[in-house]
Amino acid sequence: MNTKTTESKALSEWPLWEVFVRSKQGLEHKHCGSLHASDAQHALQMARDVYTRRQEGVSIWVVPSNNITASNPDDKGEFFEPASDKIYRHPTFYSIPEEVGHM
Amino acid sequence: MYTQSFSVPDGASKADKKAVEAIDPPELMDKFNKCIDSDGRIEPQDWMPEAYRKTLVRQISQHAHSEIVGMLPEGNWISRAPSLKRKAILIAKVQDEGGHGLYLYSAAETLGTSRDQMLEGLHSGRAKYSSIFNYPTLTWADVGVIGWLVDGAAIMNQIPLCRCSYGPYARAMIRVCKEESFHQRQGYEALLVMMTGTAEQKAMVQDAVNRWWWKCLAMFGPPDADSPNSAQGMRWGIKRISNDDLRQKFVDATVPQAKVLGVTLPDPDLKWNEQRQHYDYGAIDWDEFWATVNGNGPCNKERLATRVKAWSEGQWVRDAALAHANKKRTQKVAA
Repeated sequence: MNTKTTESKALSEWPLWEVFVRSKQGLEHKHCGSLHASDAQHALQMARDVYTRRQEGVSIWVVPSNNITASNPDDKGEFFEPASDKIYRHPTFYSIPEEVGHM
Repeated sequence: MYTQSFSVPDGASKADKKAVEAIDPPELMDKFNKCIDSDGRIEPQDWMPEAYRKTLVRQISQHAHSEIVGMLPEGNWISRAPSLKRKAILIAKVQDEGGHGLYLYSAAETLGTSRDQMLEGLHSGRAKYSSIFNYPTLTWADVGVIGWLVDGAAIMNQIPLCRCSYGPYARAMIRVCKEESFHQRQGYEALLVMMTGTAEQKAMVQDAVNRWWWKCLAMFGPPDADSPNSAQGMRWGIKRISNDDLRQKFVDATVPQAKVLGVTLPDPDLKWNEQRQHYDYGAIDWDEFWATVNGNGPCNKERLATRVKAWSEGQWVRDAALAHANKKRTQKVAA
């Protein structure tokens, strides 16, 4: 990195981070929004202040937004299609005699 | 705290004038309309008509600006709060408003606008924010009345936005609405306490109510008959309830609260209409409202100047944080 890029970077926006919060022990981290911060440590502190002012979390992940690879919404059809005709993957596909009870 | 419940155009920018109206491909438009018609949600990566995107960017950024500017009238009272308890409450509330602004800026950024672009719009005076914050907070009672009435009106406005067709906006609003209830209750309770005080303190509450009541009714925007853009907002699932219906809901909810508090609302025409099963209310001064929206309210200049000053004086902090982050990263690479 040369000096010039460092300088111009310092004048631009703080990078964007995606924030994931675990609301309590035993539950998964859930995406709750994004924020700008200068680095990962800074992003964690900001996330605490922005997204957990009322004890909404016991753990936070921050991920640089540009590191996320997402599926393409235009391919939603074909991308998820292979699962749509496999109804035998669901328990309701099978009928069981009533006297068996709950299974 | 509050979004303009109606569509106010921001001041024109050069880029807007140059933009050529894009033609939306019919098959994509069809898919989009079907999604909206079935009360579906649009997410950031989905295709959407340019006009929908533009409307949302404008509305969400105006909403975010309102939260940020909304910190000023109350922040003004932090150092003069009457007790340590009230000071802690007020700091928490003002911090919430800042947080609401941040949720909303993030939601707007998912539409392809940048934080710097939005802030530039606000600081240059081109972007609008809720005109309610262009009125002064003269006494401590104003702080209570803002919580009770201004935030009360905001809640009426914001609850339907939790079902907005644009996913990130709706999710931000759910978060905002959860916190907003504290804002209204703390304000009302602060007024209840003042109303047990001296005659002077009671008069102070009544005076603040008199000054804010009509401004709060105007917050819901012009009458439906004069809101040509509302229909498009409704069609897109951005707006769910009309200005007049929201205003009526607010009046109906507030009258009994005023009675419990022991104040009168400054409207001689305010009375129960047995036939409509709603309260009737008097005429709103729209000329005064539009003068404020268009920059000529009592505090427009002061509010904007305070924002710009805070932003400029914080520039070295933002630069230093980035420089520090860059230095640490380079050291790591070297090590």
